[in-house]
Order: sequence, then C-alpha cells, then structure tokens
Amino acid sequence: MQDLAIALTMALGAFAPAISIGILVSKALESIGRNPEASNKIQTSMILGMAFAEAIAIYALVVALIIKFV
Amino acid sequence: MSNQSLHVSISAEPIFRIFGLEISNSIFTSLIVSFLLIVFAIFFRSKFKNTDKPSSLQNFVEMIVEALYNFVYSITENTKKTLLFFPVISTFFIFIILNNYIGLLPGVGSILTKEAEAQTEITQVASDQEILEAVAEEEEIVESAVHGEPIHAKMVPVFRAATADLNTTLALAIVSVMLTQIFGISHLGFSYFKKFIDFSNPVNFFVGILETVLEFAKIVSFAFRLFGNIFAGEVLLVVMTYLISIAVPAPFYALELFVGFIQALVFSMLSLIFFNLATKSHHEEDHAVAESK
Repeated sequence: MQDLAIALTMALGAFAPAISIGILVSKALESIGRNPEASNKIQTSMILGMAFAEAIAIYALVVALIIKFV
Repeated sequence: MSNQSLHVSISAEPIFRIFGLEISNSIFTSLIVSFLLIVFAIFFRSKFKNTDKPSSLQNFVEMIVEALYNFVYSITENTKKTLLFFPVISTFFIFIILNNYIGLLPGVGSILTKEAEAQTEITQVASDQEILEAVAEEEEIVESAVHGEPIHAKMVPVFRAATADLNTTLALAIVSVMLTQIFGISHLGFSYFKKFIDFSNPVNFFVGILETVLEFAKIVSFAFRLFGNIFAGEVLLVVMTYLISIAVPAPFYALELFVGFIQALVFSMLSLIFFNLATKSHHEEDHAVAESK
C-alpha cells in the first residue's frame, strides 16, 4: 500500500508541471518566432518560468522520497 | 558484500564531534569546498598580473568573472547596482555549482566510516533528552551496553554533497531572502515596508498580506528546489548503479552535470531578480515605462 502511495504521489505530482512547462515553452517559441531580436530576454524569462514550474514537481518528488525512505 | 541493500538517508549523518557539536558529512564536505575556494582565491591573487598577455589560468578566471558580470548586468542594467550585487550572486553561483559537482566525484558517498556515537558520558542525571537520544539510535544501545566493544556499528559515508542536505539549502535560502530585505531597506529606507503594509485600499491590504506570505514561501521554495534536484539526482544515480553497474549510469551522470549547472544558475538568477525588484523604487518603474514608449 505504501508503494502505491509513493508511485501515485510522483505520477500525479508531475502531471501539472509537465503541462505547464509545455505551454510555457510553446508560448516562448511563438514569441521568439515573432520577434527574433528579443530572443535573449525571452529565453531568460523562459528558463526562469521553467524553474518555478519544475519546482512544483520537485516538491512532489521530495514527498515521495520522504515516504519511501523515512 | 555482494548483496547489500540500498542505503539512502535524507538527513546527513554526523561523523565526528568537536566539543559536543556534531559535524555531519555534508558540513564536512562544504567546509572542504570552501577551503579549496579560499586557497584558490588567495593563490590566484598572488599570481595576478595587470598585463595584455595573461597566462592561461588568469584567462580562465577572467572569462568566468566576465561572464558572471555580464549576466548580472543584463538583468540589472545599472552599473552601480551591478557592482553591489555581483559579489553575492557570483558567490552563490560558484559555491552551489561546486557543491553540486562534488557530489558526483568518485569516493563521495562510497567511502564509509563509523557514525559518531551519542554522548553517554553524562550518566549521572540522565535527562529525558538523553533517554530519547539513546532510544532513537538503536545501534548506540548495543554499543554502550558492551562498553568499548562495538558489536554492530552503523557505517555512514564520509563525504556527501552539501546541497543534498536540506540544512545547507535552507541556510542559503534564508541568506538570500534576508539579503533582499536588507538591500530593499538600504535603498528605499523604511518605505520598503509599504509593500507589505498598505492601508490605502482594501485590495492593497490583502495584496500586502499576500506579499508577506510570499516572502516565506520564497524561502521554502528556494530550499526545496535546490535540495530536491540534487538529492533526487543522488538517489537516481545510486539506484541506477545498484540495478545495472556497467555503462548505463553514464547518461545519468551527464544529466546530473546539466542539472547541477542549471540549479546553480536558477538560484543565482532568482536571487538577482528579487534583489533587483526590492531595490526598484516606483519612480524608476514609471521612468522605465515612459522611456520604453
């Protein structure tokens, strides 16, 4: 039963961040296509946004690891 | 030795004690990294020459410093602020990236030693704390029962990446958020707190409360982002090596190199952006908006 909890925590916790990173990068690519000169600033903001979105998935991973190892 | 189970522990284990203060393996590793950095800095300063044909070491260091300076300047766009933020941001970056990479070296996590024993000298008045401590560490009861003859000593790694320990990342996060407040106060005076306590408008009042909660959420978010990434990378490598020891862990090492760099970059960049936001007064913002039109 604990294994099920660990697996579900990680699987459900990675679902929303994956979608959000996909939307983020697609919008960033779109705007780079429309305005290639600003591509440096767009890239920086994109990486920043991705770090925030990925952090949510990392929270889920930490909870899964805590359940497994503690 | 062939069929050992996986040993992964979230908290860093103490390896020795100095005057009753526990030194854990992650503190030990971060002290080694700091010591190496300081020695390198002093050594480089003695070799620094103001010349047009720098040696290869000077070239390398200048390349790093210039890259970091341009990175800081590209976000602040202001030479005075860049010079103010540059030392802290580059220290964050170099410290975090070196601590991340130390966790990948061979020997880190695999050289084992005996865990430091719980203090059993204070036996006259055994407080609740002592009893709890003795009960919590089962191996220690076995050890102290047979005085001086360890039957089953728990082996722990001597080195461990410092950023894979929540204590280090929490400390870094607290330092970063405290610095935002200090920079904000030093630039804007006490009107910096108008961001949090704003009575002009009911909506602004709630926004102020949200901003206060956001400051604390930043500490948690910084700490857990860095800790989760590096610790998960460590666990991934341990599990991969445990399953298939030949050739398969290699792409995961490459992933870990990439992740270590990105996490250092993200920590520094986020700190820099928050410093910049904290020191930006509303007049500057209106000017910037007016200029861009």
